[in-house]
Amino acid sequence: MQIGIPRESRPGERLVAATPTTVRKLAALGYDVVVEAGAGERANLPDKTYVEAGARLGEHADAWAADVVTSVNAPAAPELDLLRPGATLVSQLAPAARPELVDALAERRVTALALDAVPRISRAQALDVLSAQSNVAGYRAVIEAAEEFGGMFTGQVTAAGTTPPATVFVIGAGVAGLAAIGTASSLGAKVRAFDVRPEVAEQIESLGATAVQVEGASQEVSADGYASALTDDQEAATQRTYAAESAGADVVITTALVRGTAPTTITAEMVAAMRPGSVIVDLAAAGGGNCELTVPGERTVSDDGVIVLGYTDLPGRMPQHTSQLLGTNVVNLLTLMTPGRDGNLVVDLDDVVVRGMTLTRDGAVLWPPPPVQVSATPAPAEVPAAEPAPRTPSPGEEAAARRGRSRRNGVLTVLAALLAGLAVAASPPDAVGHFTVFALAVVVGYYVISAVTHALHTPLMAQTNAISGIILVGALLQIGVDDWLVTSLAVVAATLASINVFGGFLVANRMIRMFRKGAPSAAPVTPGVAR
Amino acid sequence: MTVLSVVQATYVVSGVLFIGSLAGLSKQESARRGNVLGVLGMTLALVATVVLALERSERPWQVTAVLILLVLAVGASVGTWRVRKVEMTQMPELIALLHSFVGLAAVLVGFGSYLTEPQSDTVHLVEVFLGILIGAVTFTGSIVANLKLAARIRSAPLNLPGRNAINLGLVVASAGLLTWFLAAASAGADAAALTALVLAALVALALGWHLVASIGGGDMPVVVSMLNSYSGWAAAAAGFMLGNDLLIITGALVGSSGAILSYIMCRAMNRSFVSVILGGFGTDPGTVAEGAAGEHRETFAADVAEQLTAATSVIIVPGYGMAVAKAQHPVADLTEKLRARGVDVRFGVHPVAGRLPGHMNVLLAEAKVPYDVVLGMDEINGDFGATDVVLVIGANDTVNPAAQEDPASPIAGMPVLEVWRARDVVVFKRSMATGYAGVQNPLFFRENTAMVFGDAKEQVERIIQSL
Repeated sequence: MQIGIPRESRPGERLVAATPTTVRKLAALGYDVVVEAGAGERANLPDKTYVEAGARLGEHADAWAADVVTSVNAPAAPELDLLRPGATLVSQLAPAARPELVDALAERRVTALALDAVPRISRAQALDVLSAQSNVAGYRAVIEAAEEFGGMFTGQVTAAGTTPPATVFVIGAGVAGLAAIGTASSLGAKVRAFDVRPEVAEQIESLGATAVQVEGASQEVSADGYASALTDDQEAATQRTYAAESAGADVVITTALVRGTAPTTITAEMVAAMRPGSVIVDLAAAGGGNCELTVPGERTVSDDGVIVLGYTDLPGRMPQHTSQLLGTNVVNLLTLMTPGRDGNLVVDLDDVVVRGMTLTRDGAVLWPPPPVQVSATPAPAEVPAAEPAPRTPSPGEEAAARRGRSRRNGVLTVLAALLAGLAVAASPPDAVGHFTVFALAVVVGYYVISAVTHALHTPLMAQTNAISGIILVGALLQIGVDDWLVTSLAVVAATLASINVFGGFLVANRMIRMFRKGAPSAAPVTPGVAR
Repeated sequence: MTVLSVVQATYVVSGVLFIGSLAGLSKQESARRGNVLGVLGMTLALVATVVLALERSERPWQVTAVLILLVLAVGASVGTWRVRKVEMTQMPELIALLHSFVGLAAVLVGFGSYLTEPQSDTVHLVEVFLGILIGAVTFTGSIVANLKLAARIRSAPLNLPGRNAINLGLVVASAGLLTWFLAAASAGADAAALTALVLAALVALALGWHLVASIGGGDMPVVVSMLNSYSGWAAAAAGFMLGNDLLIITGALVGSSGAILSYIMCRAMNRSFVSVILGGFGTDPGTVAEGAAGEHRETFAADVAEQLTAATSVIIVPGYGMAVAKAQHPVADLTEKLRARGVDVRFGVHPVAGRLPGHMNVLLAEAKVPYDVVLGMDEINGDFGATDVVLVIGANDTVNPAAQEDPASPIAGMPVLEVWRARDVVVFKRSMATGYAGVQNPLFFRENTAMVFGDAKEQVERIIQSL
């Protein structure tokens, strides 16, 4: 099948959905890759590097008409028309925010896979675009803030005086928030961070920041791994915290996104209370912004001189690495969906990852997907009930079963003993003596062997093997019989048995000698023993 | 005091020495003494037997003496030569081969015993018959086990249709032949009786072959110890037919030893002995390779080296894969290097790891890993939670969390090493293929698990280089 990599048509977009590195991997999966001329230009990836990686260059229409189209952004209307019915589109489609796009895709009978709707389960991490991009965005947010901020992030003690470190307040310790915390800390700023999920405080602190606590405001992670909205009481408590923290901060970075939409965290009043020259970076600008003054995509300055950055293209400002990460997410997805490694895409809706990402298929809208269980701890009952869980017997039943078994075993033992007794009774007197010896030897063997440590079971086996070569005794006694047939049989038997005797003892000895204790005192080496 | 009574007395001493020998093997410290006691017992027994054989010889005693010398010389040289050549990783197949020798010897002694006194009481005839039967089953069974372990035939179970019916049929056939044999022998029809005996031997050979061929390679530890047990019973049966108490004692010791080992291993796999012997799971078509697939994370030697250097406690869990890759020496080397840096390195060995009980312990001992850091499952299972890094080298089913977590799994209930409780788990594996049980291993897809693909020996050597 053909994979098309179009040049992004969104103004100012510098990303591309595949780099020469990922093109090679796509080709290795068996796909023909068509790259629109100039697709990677703005990410410093010239066309010829794609050709060297095995891609074919094509027109805009060629890339959009491929069997599988992977793009960074959702297609614009004209591009939508270029998609062939039955084609597969892999892109960031923001299905929650743009239901009309989903309908349009269904109408064109396109199979649409949203890279930004990957279920948050462990094995899907490798294809989670949001995580990868958020990481970059968090990093870049600090860089942008540092550029706008009129001071140094790190504190300085110089001959000309002392400057305090900048205070950075990060709201939301998701992937982006944690990246921002890490970056700001490493630049020397004093970082404070807040997240509605109290359990991430540990992660915040692990990156060198102080976790801000709010009494009564805590939130459970919903079953699918994304944060959910807060209750009114919690809301009020957190608002007070935001106000206090932002007033004291030089830089505020907000990252609160609940299912693609941004709750307001920083009100206009709070901005007004901030020091002039402070910077707010709103990472949720694409979803409308966490700050009331945010204009998505723009840099604005409030009346009081607070700079509000609403850039929505923060990952795109680092096109080389972001494209590489995005491209790798795409490769990982296609690896999952190309089980045969033969260039044939298989949409397996039984796979929860694929199911979660699939918005439309064969003209039907499959969004939103059924909930996915992130981990089994909160609700073990929700394990897909395809087959009824095997019934665990109650302790009582089990005990009864055990009693039944032991009774059965007891009966069998008594029967066996009776049979053996009968056999013995029917035997000539000297055989009875043999049976006695036999029975006693079995019991002795049982107790002796039970004491053997597991580590020595292999040498034990070699040793018992050597000992069972004792049949040599029987064979030797037959050698002298005056019948050449018997003698020859006995000679062969004796030879085999003696191989056993010698081999078994030697090999057991070889193994036993290898066991040595760690402490130097306990490793006496006996000289002169055959090795 | 006749020669016979002296010999009998010597036999008693030998028997006691053998018991002492096995008792000595219970601990590493006394194992060497156990070995020596066994050799001593065997030497005494042989000397006494040679004297008795010469005294009883129906030919001129010189002829018998020459034959005996010849036999012992051949046995000693072949035995020594085979054993010196063998590598520790090949121990399972060598032991299986040695079992087959005992089996064949028992068959031959049985025929010899019958030919010497074809007219005797029923009890003796039954003893002869049983001795040959057990010997023959041991012989072919061990040969098949040897071939499977040496990978000279496919180790997958044979799986003939109606496999239990075939086994049952063969057993019934032997019972029928026993009746015929006894009837013919008491009627004095020697030719007919001999035919019955030969046929019974053939039936038993077929039974032994089919029995073991139906069992998969992964169950070989149980099979080998079961055959060990059979070879003991064969020797005991020979003792009954020859009226020799030493053979009975020794045979019974060996027989119960093998039986106990089989039982211990079956318990370690949470399976009944009968189901293993009659071809257990892995042969059930319904249980093979069940879903639970996912994304695994790959890692490389250099990263593992870093992880190990940063760790304070490491547990290495070896499996059959380590034996196949002959990785025990680099693993021991790695252990030594890490221990020298103050890292607490220990080994966790599952009772059924490898192809023989205690196989892993022998391999590690060969590589000079001190035995006091090699711990069994029960000793170490509680410690995984406090462990930084677990290296799983060539083990699969024995570390499968599905055994505890998925009641529908074919290996549900089997005790496993709980490696996933450690902070990080690194699994060395050739590929993502399933283990012997054909069950997918969810461990590989856990968040704290990383996979190192490729030859275990090479990978471990690379880690040592990057330390």
